[in-house]
Amino acid sequence: MDKKNAKDDRTDLVVQVRGLRFLRGRKVIFEDVDLDIRRGQVTAIMGPSGTGKTTLLRLLGGQLRPDAGTIVVDGEEVPRLSTKQLYRLRQRMGMLFQSGALFTDLDVFENVAFPLREHTDLPESIIRDLVLIKLQAVGLRGAASMMPAELSGGMARRVALARAIALDPMMIMYDEPFTGQDPISKGVIVQLVRLLNDALGMTSIVVSHDVSETAAIADYVYLISEGRVVGQGAPETLRRDASPWVEQFLNALPDGPVPFHYPAPDYLEDLLAGAGGG
Amino acid sequence: MGWIRFLGRIGLRFFERLGRGHLFLVQLLAALPSLLPRPGLVIRELYSAGVRSMLIVVVSGLFVGMVLGLQGYNTLSKFGAAESLGVLVALSLVRELGPVVTALLFAGRAGTSLTAEIGLMKATEQLSSMEMMAVDPIRRIMAPRFLAGFIAMPLLAAIFSAVGVLGGYFVGVGLLGVDSGVFWSQMQANVALHADVINGVIKSAVFGLVAAWIAVFEGYDAVPTSEGVSRATTRTVVNTALAVLALDFVLTALMYGVS
Repeated sequence: MDKKNAKDDRTDLVVQVRGLRFLRGRKVIFEDVDLDIRRGQVTAIMGPSGTGKTTLLRLLGGQLRPDAGTIVVDGEEVPRLSTKQLYRLRQRMGMLFQSGALFTDLDVFENVAFPLREHTDLPESIIRDLVLIKLQAVGLRGAASMMPAELSGGMARRVALARAIALDPMMIMYDEPFTGQDPISKGVIVQLVRLLNDALGMTSIVVSHDVSETAAIADYVYLISEGRVVGQGAPETLRRDASPWVEQFLNALPDGPVPFHYPAPDYLEDLLAGAGGG
Repeated sequence: MGWIRFLGRIGLRFFERLGRGHLFLVQLLAALPSLLPRPGLVIRELYSAGVRSMLIVVVSGLFVGMVLGLQGYNTLSKFGAAESLGVLVALSLVRELGPVVTALLFAGRAGTSLTAEIGLMKATEQLSSMEMMAVDPIRRIMAPRFLAGFIAMPLLAAIFSAVGVLGGYFVGVGLLGVDSGVFWSQMQANVALHADVINGVIKSAVFGLVAAWIAVFEGYDAVPTSEGVSRATTRTVVNTALAVLALDFVLTALMYGVS
């Protein structure tokens, strides 16, 4: 029975990361990180800016290679895949970049049609229908003929979301989807992430430092700081976590384990050192 | 000892980039067959790199031809050989000025545009997003631009030379009174198809390959910031100019001998 449960657990995992170590030069970005992303769930990866959350997505997508550890996505060990195998895996993954990363020389329709044209031989009439369905899902069917430069930040991100789901991926990764959005756009994207995940039966990984928005839609949260997982669990469980780091991050406290002041010499000594010269 | 380390660092960086550039060229060449079923991608870039460079090439060719006509006439008439003006203008343009000046103009007009476009695509994560959509940017973005540059350059150089000859004709025949029949017949008799025209085409094709390769590589290798893209654009012009001038000497030595 235990064996069967363990096997079910493994097939239930879309992403399994074990002992991840990643360096940039001599700087340690990740050290011994373990992560499990369950199928069908919205998993949030949260942490302060500069902790390597985007780097983690790039590692999952195979754009970066880890220095040690294993990264298994949908049963395939990403760092060991050939370019061809990696590209085949990526056809089952979608990614929403922080900037949207829309192709500026293509209009909204062509941006969403891009992956369909590249990976399928569908007739033009079906591509048109699929693009309009995806744009309708993000509420921007009426903006199909607009150029990316004419879109607001929130609209651009929704178009990028429509493009990311164009091939009906099994998993989608969101890189800071709420950053720089006005409250309405933020609310729309929050709703879309959850809605699309459930309606399309996807698995979502949301990298963010927006606590309330992310916690509202996440089934499971990983908190990362200084290259390690410092907390994990369902959002309500994490809120009860006694760890000072988790408390500081979730409650947006200015001081705590992450100090308000950047390391500096003693304040009084620093001031007096300047006074001696006068 | 500090300066030795400094020189070593510069040398290493130079050879590292050179190696990266050559690996990139291999990737570009390997990606070319994937363009066969999609000629539209190349045609679009041909319009951007070729047709849009026409104006500057035509105007420059006209002026260069006119200057050649003036200078050539003044020098040749001292030796009583003004009737050879057509040959001088044609040979100067077809053998040297056509390929070289067109390559320099191409680097300034189309090369910088290619570098800036690709560099900005990198800076705005468009290339990354393409990779994550399982689309290889080298096949989809770089290779069509590279091939279009390679095809456009010899055509532009031919247009430059043709317009330059017309410019020389206007000045020599129209303003300075050289006989029209002599101008054309001397040219016809003394400009050889293989030794002059074909060699000129080979030169412009080589310059096209180098100019397009440098432009695309500099964009792809740019630091993804506004300063990085600006530096890459400058490097495109400088490196292309140096490479074209150095290659021009090598090709001229190979084609016409140094003895």
